[in-house]
Amino acid sequence: MSATISDLPRNAGLPFDIALVESVRVNTPATMRRAATIPARRSLKKDWQAAWLARAISVIDLTTLAGDDTEGRVRRLCAKALQPVRPDLLDAIGLPDLTVGAVCVYHEMVPAAVEALRGRLPVAAVSTGFPAGLSPFHLRLREIEESVAAGATEIDIVISRRHVLTGNWQALYDETAQMRAACGDAHMKAILATGELGTLKNVMKASMVCMAAGSDFIKTSTGKEAVNATLPVSLVMMRTIRTYEALSGFKVGFKPAGGVSKAKDALTYLALLKDELGDRWLRPDLFRFGASSLLGDIERQLEHHVTGRYSAACRHAIG
Amino acid sequence: MSVADIFESMEWGPAPEGRAEADAWLDRHGRVFGHFIGGKRGKPGETFTDLNPATGEVLAEVTQGTEADIAAAVKAARKAQKEWSAASGHDRARVLYAIARGLQKHSRLLAVLEVLDSGKPIREARDIDVALAVRHFYHHAGHAALLGETHPGAPPWGVCGQIVPWNFPLLMLAWKVAPALATGNAVVLKPAEWTPLTALAFADICTMAGVPPGLVNIVTGDGRTGAALTAAPIDKLAFTGSTEVGRILRRETAGRGIGLTLELGGKSPYVVFEDADIDGAVEGLVDAIWFNGGQVCCAGARLLVQEGVAADFEARLKARMARIRVGDPLDKAVDMGAMVHAEQKARVEAMLARTSGTVHRGTCPDGCYLPPTLVTDLPAGDPIMREEVFGPVLAMTTFRTPAEAVQLANDTVYGLAGSVWSQDIDVALDTAPKIRAGVVWVNGANLLDAAAPFGGTKESGFGREGGVAGLSAYLRPAEGPKLPAPRQLEILQTGVETIDRTPKMYIGGKQSRPDSGYSRPVAGPKGIAGEVGVGNRKDLRNAVEAATGAKGWSASAGHLRAQILYYLAENLSARAAEFDARLAAQTGGKPEAERAVRHLFRWAAWADKHDGRTLGVPMGGLALALNRPVGVIGAFAPETAPLLGLAQIMGAALAAGNRLVLVAPETAPLSATDLYQVLDTSDVPGGVVNILTGDHAELAPHMAGHMGINAVWSFSSADISATVEREAAGDLKRSWVNNGRDRDWDATDAATWLSHATEVQTIWVPFGL
Repeated sequence: MSATISDLPRNAGLPFDIALVESVRVNTPATMRRAATIPARRSLKKDWQAAWLARAISVIDLTTLAGDDTEGRVRRLCAKALQPVRPDLLDAIGLPDLTVGAVCVYHEMVPAAVEALRGRLPVAAVSTGFPAGLSPFHLRLREIEESVAAGATEIDIVISRRHVLTGNWQALYDETAQMRAACGDAHMKAILATGELGTLKNVMKASMVCMAAGSDFIKTSTGKEAVNATLPVSLVMMRTIRTYEALSGFKVGFKPAGGVSKAKDALTYLALLKDELGDRWLRPDLFRFGASSLLGDIERQLEHHVTGRYSAACRHAIG
Repeated sequence: MSVADIFESMEWGPAPEGRAEADAWLDRHGRVFGHFIGGKRGKPGETFTDLNPATGEVLAEVTQGTEADIAAAVKAARKAQKEWSAASGHDRARVLYAIARGLQKHSRLLAVLEVLDSGKPIREARDIDVALAVRHFYHHAGHAALLGETHPGAPPWGVCGQIVPWNFPLLMLAWKVAPALATGNAVVLKPAEWTPLTALAFADICTMAGVPPGLVNIVTGDGRTGAALTAAPIDKLAFTGSTEVGRILRRETAGRGIGLTLELGGKSPYVVFEDADIDGAVEGLVDAIWFNGGQVCCAGARLLVQEGVAADFEARLKARMARIRVGDPLDKAVDMGAMVHAEQKARVEAMLARTSGTVHRGTCPDGCYLPPTLVTDLPAGDPIMREEVFGPVLAMTTFRTPAEAVQLANDTVYGLAGSVWSQDIDVALDTAPKIRAGVVWVNGANLLDAAAPFGGTKESGFGREGGVAGLSAYLRPAEGPKLPAPRQLEILQTGVETIDRTPKMYIGGKQSRPDSGYSRPVAGPKGIAGEVGVGNRKDLRNAVEAATGAKGWSASAGHLRAQILYYLAENLSARAAEFDARLAAQTGGKPEAERAVRHLFRWAAWADKHDGRTLGVPMGGLALALNRPVGVIGAFAPETAPLLGLAQIMGAALAAGNRLVLVAPETAPLSATDLYQVLDTSDVPGGVVNILTGDHAELAPHMAGHMGINAVWSFSSADISATVEREAAGDLKRSWVNNGRDRDWDATDAATWLSHATEVQTIWVPFGL
């Protein structure tokens, strides 16, 4: 079964309209203040903390994106994706069937992941010349098609940062729309690489253009930029998603990636999401964490919840 | 509910802060408290019950302070203050530093006590109230250390009475106690009867910090205790609370020659332009009006949104309101706690019942709670638009242009704070200083810091707390010798030797006959020196109208004002002999013209040098303390130095950008009326200086009572100081009176003059990361 199954209509996009881009307003200090207070404003304890952490696991795109990835490494990751937490702990919290949201790999690793997961979880492929997105455009489209053909049902594309940095919004729209077309039925997550966009205003504009061009998700980062997901950037993207829904009627998903590695951070993101976009977004069809080490910290927290004792890394299977 | 259930529902759960330590502290004191006087906790007297508003539980019994208690506290303070004011800045700094550390060490206890007592959410108590209180003592430990360098020789007032409100009990205590101690004063502090606990806990911290016994005294009680403190032989009174009580205190203290600062109510505008970050501005409102349940004097209570974005803004605001969590204030994930008291809740509900607007409410639990509330479709005259609610109620209306936004923002008797939201630097920075309020936030709300002066204008009170401006409120101004009794000369009838020149009033740059139709002779040592009109309240009214109209002066550049003051000096200098002769004819006094010229030169020099400050607040961006003109100043000129006095008054007031309604010295009015031609030839715009002649005692109540005047200064030899202060209570205008004392008219004490001639306006401009 695929976590991308959703009762929501798929984002059909909006025609390109420069007014959508030019009407965005974002005040940086106010955004920073809101982001800074959210960890202090929301707190989850006991059963609520455990349940929310389990929810965080269920929306993880468990990821390996390294030059030394092998089929063996990917098979181990997939096993972890299907059994993210020790069975005794999952039984103790009454969620024995908990899995992560998806597995996220490079194109070459898609077959191994598809085979290992046997359709129980979606495979997401990073595509389009990840992470820089500077390979020839026709090859980037071709890469998407090949990943879909290999069994990936989710495609994480990277946008051309240069279009953002030079204000060429039409080019960004056209490129993203063509990528979306190349995805076919596979869901497309557009990676903005926010750490390279310079301003929150650019993040907001790029978010708007990528949604209008039909992205199913907008995603912060490749995990390879110097700065990856941050709360202020996430807040801006969430608010743009809300604006886009008001304009188009479509709900678009959000994926912070890179930099979310602690259970507490994950709770903060979920809290911000609930406050800014509402409960509907707290599901894998509208939210994912792109993360590799987050799961380990959550496992330790869950063991602590169940036993009352602080845990250690060696008590949990590696992924 | 199981983990699996919550996994599906994704609801918030309880996240209670523990209260065991706070209960243990209350138990240790037997849950009964006496006052803290002379470094000791006294035996409880007649007590009243202190409740937790969230639960209704009794927290403690607290002593109702009597006149005798206040007298004992003032006596203890008087005794301790002598040694304290003689201590070195460093020694005082050490004690303040120790208090800051003590607050920090016991921050959790103080935060929880504050929550139990006031119903405010623990997040705010912890991250704002206690954190800012700590910061205030650290900041003022620094002021104590530097006072000898920054304010050499400035003496403290002595014993300060301080009355603080229930909305920020510990923080307001810090705002009062820290500057007082830093400058060498002793204090008698009365916390609000609904929230006395953190002040009582502060007593422990004082003891541990080595505060000398008697330097800080805490006397609990209700308004009667406050009245006793006000009536006690204190040297300065500082009050934060309602405008209504502030007015009473102004009247009660009138003519006593004590210092007074009042931080009162507000109805602060929150202006959102069409080019604002709308989501940011919506979130800012959560900090502006739903912070502490709107029980905040500087709450952004009037939302003014540009028409084109108003519908979108309202929709987003309502969506945000739906997610505000109201509930158990000890819950760490609650946005709004309980109202401070059932009585306050009832007041807010009664006000809501009177509005003609459309009321939209969020949700809240039963009990002493109120939901976030928005009122729309309001006419400008609706009580919800004009009166301070002191609850979580936001009044919304729209505007068309920046000019209309400013007009609406200032359409209030209050002037405490304001917010301006725009991404356009022109609009934001142009609008912010036009909001007539002590504090304005650009793209923000309720930003506060110890280094940033806070306080209001109009009926929001006077005086500043925080920063350098706040410090001066605790320093005693220099006091001159007692004024001699007004000179009474017999009117010796002598014949008119020249063509009759009966000067009229000088109003709006023109001479006009006195409304009364009466003139009186000016007695000189050698006979009648001339005749002047007898000004009355109607002449005063006309003068104020002219001064009000001369707004351009207050907006003019310092360089221009300097040029005009130099020109004034130049023209006076050219006629120095004539002015000195006239003075001699009226008073037989020594020449003053040359000294007057010198001082006009000084003030011309000051006109473009009374710079504001950039403030060292912990924020990216700029926080500015601007010196803004007070507006229209009414002044009674001195008899002891008629011409020199006129020059000082005009110089200081005009240099700082004010317009004047000046009442001529009673015994030397012709020195003032002779100035008409000098003013005319010096390019002083009409209405900037208006001169009346007449009886000071008769004009004083009308001057101080006129709501179009922003401040009254009296240097008169007539006994009008008490009248001015009492009548000024009507609209809480600022006053500066001599209390029957003369001043050194040749002194170059510009700081004193300029502090009375300007309002410090703090403008926060956050930017960057």
